[in-house]
Amino acid sequence: MSLDTVRPSPGFLEHLPIEYQDLVNHGQYGKQYKASDMGKFKELVEEHPMCAGCAMTLFIRLVFIGLPRPEHTVIVGTAGCGRLAISQGNVPFIYGNYGDTNSTASGLKRGLELRFPNQKKDVITMCGDGGLVDIGFQGLMHSWFRNEKFTTIMLDNEVYGNTGGQESGMTMKGKVLKMAPRGKVDEKMDVVGLAKVAGVDYIARIAPTNPGRVLRTVRRAILIGREIGSTYIQAYTSCNIEYSIPTPEVMKDAFAIEKERYGFEEIISERAQKFLDEVEKKKK
Amino acid sequence: MSNAVAKPASWVPKGDLQKEISAEKMLLELPRELQFITGSEAAREAIKRANIDCAISYPITPQSETMQQAGYLFDEGYIKEYYRGEEEIGVMSAIAGASRAGVRALTATSGPGLMRGMEAISSWPGARVTPVLLNMCRVINTPLAIQPDNIEMSFILNTGMIMLHAENQQDFFDYTIAACEVTEHVDVTLPAMVSVDGFFVTHARGPVSIPSDEYKLNRRDGWKNAVPAMDNENPPARISRDAPIQKSNFISYHMHASWQQEVFAAVERSAKYFDVLLKGRVEVINPEAEEFIIASGSAVSQAREAIRQEGENGRTVGLVKVKTIRPFPSAQIIAAVKNAKRILIPEFNQAGWLHKEVCSALYGKCKAEIVNGPRVYGGMTMPTEMILEWLQKTRKDFA
Repeated sequence: MSLDTVRPSPGFLEHLPIEYQDLVNHGQYGKQYKASDMGKFKELVEEHPMCAGCAMTLFIRLVFIGLPRPEHTVIVGTAGCGRLAISQGNVPFIYGNYGDTNSTASGLKRGLELRFPNQKKDVITMCGDGGLVDIGFQGLMHSWFRNEKFTTIMLDNEVYGNTGGQESGMTMKGKVLKMAPRGKVDEKMDVVGLAKVAGVDYIARIAPTNPGRVLRTVRRAILIGREIGSTYIQAYTSCNIEYSIPTPEVMKDAFAIEKERYGFEEIISERAQKFLDEVEKKKK
Repeated sequence: MSNAVAKPASWVPKGDLQKEISAEKMLLELPRELQFITGSEAAREAIKRANIDCAISYPITPQSETMQQAGYLFDEGYIKEYYRGEEEIGVMSAIAGASRAGVRALTATSGPGLMRGMEAISSWPGARVTPVLLNMCRVINTPLAIQPDNIEMSFILNTGMIMLHAENQQDFFDYTIAACEVTEHVDVTLPAMVSVDGFFVTHARGPVSIPSDEYKLNRRDGWKNAVPAMDNENPPARISRDAPIQKSNFISYHMHASWQQEVFAAVERSAKYFDVLLKGRVEVINPEAEEFIIASGSAVSQAREAIRQEGENGRTVGLVKVKTIRPFPSAQIIAAVKNAKRILIPEFNQAGWLHKEVCSALYGKCKAEIVNGPRVYGGMTMPTEMILEWLQKTRKDFA
């Protein structure tokens, strides 16, 4: 159904903006691209008002490329830098209230299942560390304990970037930031650990150093989120402004932090693994 | 250890056996049968017939009775999806999520719960979602009390929500049914709150005449909205998309201003539907009177008794019952009290929000003296004697 709404009626295509024509003729609808194809097809998100050199933007681009069915996907976000790019994507985006993503997505996903019993819809919440585990903590945890079938993606820049650089629960201990004039007192919150306790079916910690791996992780999380239960991706997406990372060194920082404390980790429940084996075997 | 009993394979949801009809038919045409039930049970009977797709609950006194009844209705198959949410911000967000998916969604709360969910609730009208919120009025802390006091309604007045205020158990049934349909008209597409005074109505029995439960409202048509459902089957509304609207600049100011203007215009457009379904948005008794009482909620019942007693003593006192707080029936009130000399506004809250509403509606349109009271709050009842005393004093003060 949605693929048909993307396609213009015969005769109209040539009158649409070139961006739209590209989306129809060279977009990723109905196809699955590899990271090495970037530049050869029309991405779902291109123009955005993010800062130059922002690693979060790279990660968001990769998430959009990784969407297994963008024509049946709805993204839910909240205040923060990420939504400035996410809202530019050609996927419906709900920009809700502060920290309400996982509660909103719970109702949304259940509502969509009632309305479209024969067409699975992918619901994704994608927002910053503050939005998810500070102000959104309760909704996040309860959505996991309820085993809601959608994917949660944390854009972890370890700071409130959009409000100008305040510490968040995901900031590393000791880091001096606004609202942490003597350095952050407490440890970085272990949200991967919390996800484990809550029984999340697929958990991944990742830095955007390997685009292919990001795409695979996103696809796995969304497929399991669609069929099995809650899934969670925690991505290191540095804030080069608030952490004063020179723009040309953003990727160097990502590699360094990955090596130091943000190594790729995937935790898959037994039932999710069984499902993945079937899906990935079928593909081969 | 689970003590849940699984449904047999042959189970048919009871909702599937109900016949779909319009609210007009349900409220104005179907034969009714009289029952003697509590306000919470009247809410249950309304929910049973409202074709609710998704109900999300969270307990708070005095509301809990209603949403646990909704749970039983889910178990019987009158509601398709139901769960107990994490708390009110979560519930009010989730219910909006369900509504954005294009299904009919309902929840209920009371005083402090409404306050907790306020950020989410106040965003519903602008998001043009259509959930129905039942509100069993209760004191807002502090000091803590669970008793009826409808101060919380004043916090909703300027949100763009449709607001109905039920006098009794019968109203609670009728208004809930009406709200479930009116919210979803394309020219409305707004959420509604149906309030009733806690305990006085929710936990007390009263006569309620209801149509057969063989019928339910027509289902929500998720394709029919002023703003498309977020189902990725339609191009989405662009409020959440365009970068200029998320930043402070002239486009964003105009966008927000015109969007809000349209929300409040939509509230006014809902009036014509309530005029039909509720048989007018005001009820007027003794229209020829020089003294009037204007009231909403259970204060209306106290006022009815007061004017009855006045009548026994040969004095005619008029009554205007306000059914819809938003849209506020200003024109109807102005017309009803055009010959009035004195107006009393009894309320169950400290702030006197209805008094302020009436004053601003009547300013420059009516010569009557509008008395600032009487009021009780914190959970007190309003004895009829109190209204009678105020009438007597007003008569003396403004002869």
